[in-house]
This record gives sequence, C-alpha cells and structure tokens, in this order.
Amino acid sequence: MNWISNYVRPKINSLFSRREVPENLWTKCPDCGQMLFHRELADALNVCPNCNSHMYISPRRRFEALFDGGLYMDVAVPEPLADPLHFRDKKRYADRLKDARRESEAPDAMLVAEGEIGRMKTVVAIQDYKFMSGSMGMYVGNAFIAAAERAVALKCPLVVFTAAGGARMQEGILSLMQMPRTTVAVQMLKEAGLPYIVVLTHATTGGVTASYAMLGDVQIAEPNALICFAGPRVIEQTIRETLPEGFQRAEYLLDHGMLDMVVDRKSLRRELGRVLHLLMKAPPMVAGDLPPPSEPALPPAEPAAEPAAAGPAAAGPAADTAAKAPDAPARAEGAEKP
Amino acid sequence: MHAYLEFEKGLAEIEGKAEELRAMARTNDGMDVEAEAKALDKKAAALLKELYGSLTPWQKCQVARHPDRPHCIDYIDALFTDYTPLAGDRNFADDHAVMGGLARLDDAPVMVIGLEKGSDTRSRLDRNFGMARPEGYRKAIRLMDLADRFGLPVITLIDTPGAYPGKGAEERGQAEAIARSTEKCLNLKVPLVSVITGEGGSGGAVAFATADRLAMLEHSVYSVISPEGCASILWKDAEKMREAAEALRLTAQDLEQLGVIDRIVKEPLGGAQRDRRATIEAVRKALPKLLDEVRELPADELIRLRRRKYLDMGSKALVA
Repeated sequence: MNWISNYVRPKINSLFSRREVPENLWTKCPDCGQMLFHRELADALNVCPNCNSHMYISPRRRFEALFDGGLYMDVAVPEPLADPLHFRDKKRYADRLKDARRESEAPDAMLVAEGEIGRMKTVVAIQDYKFMSGSMGMYVGNAFIAAAERAVALKCPLVVFTAAGGARMQEGILSLMQMPRTTVAVQMLKEAGLPYIVVLTHATTGGVTASYAMLGDVQIAEPNALICFAGPRVIEQTIRETLPEGFQRAEYLLDHGMLDMVVDRKSLRRELGRVLHLLMKAPPMVAGDLPPPSEPALPPAEPAAEPAAAGPAAAGPAADTAAKAPDAPARAEGAEKP
Repeated sequence: MHAYLEFEKGLAEIEGKAEELRAMARTNDGMDVEAEAKALDKKAAALLKELYGSLTPWQKCQVARHPDRPHCIDYIDALFTDYTPLAGDRNFADDHAVMGGLARLDDAPVMVIGLEKGSDTRSRLDRNFGMARPEGYRKAIRLMDLADRFGLPVITLIDTPGAYPGKGAEERGQAEAIARSTEKCLNLKVPLVSVITGEGGSGGAVAFATADRLAMLEHSVYSVISPEGCASILWKDAEKMREAAEALRLTAQDLEQLGVIDRIVKEPLGGAQRDRRATIEAVRKALPKLLDEVRELPADELIRLRRRKYLDMGSKALVA
C-alpha cells in the first residue's frame, strides 16, 4: 500500500498534471489574434506586444509591478455580513460567492495593499474583474473604506484601480448603498488633504463609475478601457441606433473631458509616481526601477494584515532568482486570507 | 376612469359591474339597483383590502409605477407656497426631468428638488419619463449648493426609473454627474430630507436620496436595478421579474428592516393612485416631523451623523 501511495500515485498524478502545462504556455491575443508566449506576455504585464491590447492582469501582479521592488503588505479588510438578503436566483448567492472565492483565491473583488512607489508611501486598492465581474458589494465597500482609512492613518495618497460590471445585484440595496459609502471614504481623503488617484481599467461601469471611480483628483485610464455608466448594449436598445466607433472607450472619454490622461500599463508606475510626488510636494522620483527598500520602511498595518514577504521580487538585490523564475507564482506568499 | 393594474382585474370587474348597474338606473327611471350595487361595493372593498394587505414585491413595483400616483409637481403644488422654480445647470441645458427651486414649507424657506415623470404623453416626453441626464444632476447640485450657502434645508422628492441611458448623457458624463450629486448630498451643511414617492431607480435615485432622513411611501420601491433588468441578467429571462422583485428586497418594509430608510409613510387603502389627496396629506404630515429631527443640529454634527449613517449601512441583515 505504502509503495503504491508513495510512489505510484504521485507518478501517475504528475504525468497527468504535466499534460496541462503546454496549454497555458501560449495565449492568443483577443484583439489581434497573435499567439503570445506566456513569459513574453507576463513580462509585458499582459499587454500584447503586437497590438498593445491591454488584457486582464491580476491584482497581485499589478501590486508587484507597481510597488518598489514588488514589495507590499496587505491591508486588512473587515468582513461584512454574509449574504444579508439571503439572495437566490438560479443559484444561491452564498454558493456563487463561495465558488468565486475558490476560483480566485481572493476574498472578494477588491484587494488593498500598502507599499512604496518611488519611495513614496502609497495605499493601492485594486478591483478584480475576474471576481464576479468586479461587482461592488459590501466587501468592496469595506475594502475601499479600509484603503481610505489606511491612507489617512499613514498620511499618504490612495490609488484605486477600478474594474466592475457595476453594483452586485445579489446584495440588492446594500450594493447600491456602497455608492454613498465609498463617497464618504473619498471625502475622508479630501479632508485630510491627501491625493486620491483613480486608474480606470477595462471595464468600469454602472454604480462604480457613478461613485468613487469618477471622484479622483486625477483621472487616469488604461488604453481602450470601456468606461461608462450605462453599457453600450443598454444604450443601443434605448436609442435604437448603432453607436460610434470607440464610444465609451478611454480615448473617447479623454476627448470628452472626463479624464486627465490615458496611460499604457508599462508607463503607469512612472506616471503615477510623478503625479503622486508632485501632489505630495516631494522631490522628483528617481527614474528607473528602484530596488526594494532595504529596511522595511513601513510601520506594520492593522494587526490582522499579513505581510506579503516572499514575492518573487522580494529576493531583492539578489534578484537573479526572480530573473530565473519569471513565471513564479504571481501571488505573493502569506497574502492569502481565510 | 381609474386605471387598473394587472393584478386588480377581479376588482375591476366588480367595480365595473357596480358602475354599470348605477348607469342603468340613471337612464331607466324607477329601477332600483342600489341594494345590489352596494353589495358589489362591499365585495370590492373587501377585495381591495385583501389585495393591498398582501402585495407581493412585484405588485408593489407596479403600484409604485402607477401613472395616477401623485407626482413631484403635485406635491410641490400642494405642500409648498411661494414656489419659485429655478432652472439650468449653467453649463449645458435645463433638464426637465429634474424640477426644483425655492419655496416655503410651513412658511419657512426651503429648497425643494424632485424628479418628475410627467402625466400625459407630452409632459412625459418633456420630462423624459423622469430619467435625468447629467445636466439634471448638475442642476440639483447647483440648487443644493445655493441652499447650502443660504442655510436653507433641502427636501428631495424621488420618483424615477433611473438615470437616462443615452448617448449624449454618457458623453456629457452621466456617471460623474451622479457621483458629484451624491457627494454634494453628503457634504451639505444644511439638513436634507428625502421622500421616495414612487420608484427609486438605482444610482439615479441615490444622487438625490443620500439624506439625513429618508422616507418612503408604503408601496414605493427602491432598488439597485429594475426587477426586469435583474431577471434578464441573473435568470437570463426578463419574464422572471416576479422572482427578481422578490429576491431584491426592494420594498419599503424590507428597506426599513435593513436600516436603509428611516420612515414609511402610509398610503390610503388601494395605493396612492386611489386617493391622491390623502397621499399628499400623509406626506404633508411626515415632512415637518422628519425635518424637525435634524433641523437643530449644527452643521458639523449633521455631516458627521450623515456620514456615520452611510458608513454603518449593511450591519443589519434581514431575518431569514
């Protein structure tokens, strides 16, 4: 028995799991159809090198790309009441939520972290479109408020990356109430005199656009991101005509005065850093990639926050470990929540 | 002629019969139908009581949308004096879906702002069925700002299917306008009291209803999405609006339990549409009470409590 369970079974398992690997090696760009090698795509932060299509990127990858040396700490988010309406459509909301949590290994559609951008302490909240379309419910509201409170406590800026299909219907009116709730959080920052920067990513719609996503001191968007209140399909049904090319895309919004700039993902870190340093009246950020801070310059976050210590880039100056394993798990260890 | 809702069919038949009998008696002298008609009246009254005593959420949506319910314009006419409409967002246009201006409530100057759906084809088109565009929200912001500077309490009356989903509205920043209006509500240094009189349609309502005190008429609804919209997304079938209405918990009664609203204003039997005057009177009684609860608070306390109220929202669950 021991021989079978210790030797034969792992062998068989490894044979099967190995077969799945080649499927993930190549990704087809949804816009230009180019086949992209996973390593190349990951290095480009999931932007197609051929057509500049900005594809989905996970919040963890974004945190890593954004913070100095890829180092950051999670900010704890208070758990809201689970399924307060006992909502059920074809499926129970409680089950949908459980499935989404299992699939994404994240607690909900927004993650919050603190770290440094060009040595400037910054709190960053990132909405995850893959988690139930990034929809805004009580948890996202709590995450946003926790992010704002942390920024106020640290006297540092808040940067929010938005992406959402809108409010989370399964939480009914309580999802709608996240609009005023998050707006209160934005006011906390404004009153503390701290910058609040919004980066709109594909797609940001509905109640999220109509609350914190449009209240930034500086509004940035990724190229071609769909940004709207009512989606194009709803509008087409209402006015019964086809909409112009590029309607409700980032560049269109820029033309209509709704944004300050459209910035490629690979330039985001530098642009954000510059804006933050200007608004915080700090000296200019040093160009280029900064190594990770040698000392943990940040005070510990809330007691429940777990430091994301050992991300691939956390190896610091001996960063060749990271170079050797660029496809190392994008998620920082120790960042998992119950 | 009273406009009956789909679930009032039985009621329509009985009341129709009674009406017919009486009409016959009027043309034929000496015919006595009163006893029979009265019996029908009694039956109708019992049925009305039964129907309205146990409206389903979907039925409430229908009642909330009933065209004969009093609208913003009716409340303003009846409840306020010296109404002085103000217009325009000073930027693009005057949105007729949003009406508002200076007025007196019990002699005290206030700012009243409301969403108006219109009551016949022409006025409905003019009011865009109560669906505001960005300039409507920006007009509301302007009026709130004015009230703020002159220390006038703000009263908002809400009845809207939602913000208008149109090309121009998007181009001019519908989302931004709603976000700023909600922000303005939260920043007001003067009391803000809101009443949802019919439909509280999603973000389009939040922009007006983020208030110190929020009341709802007994059969009005307030929801993140229409039951039809929710059904087509989650059930992939727009005909499942009954189930969606049920699941969304959009009735005044559920919302009170969730702590989202502060007061329910009772409607006359058979809904606001059956007795407009009594409905308006009920709102007349409720408004000053709501306002008195917050009128004396100093500005910073008012803002602090209003923010606390919204931050705390979601801590109450429904009883299973």
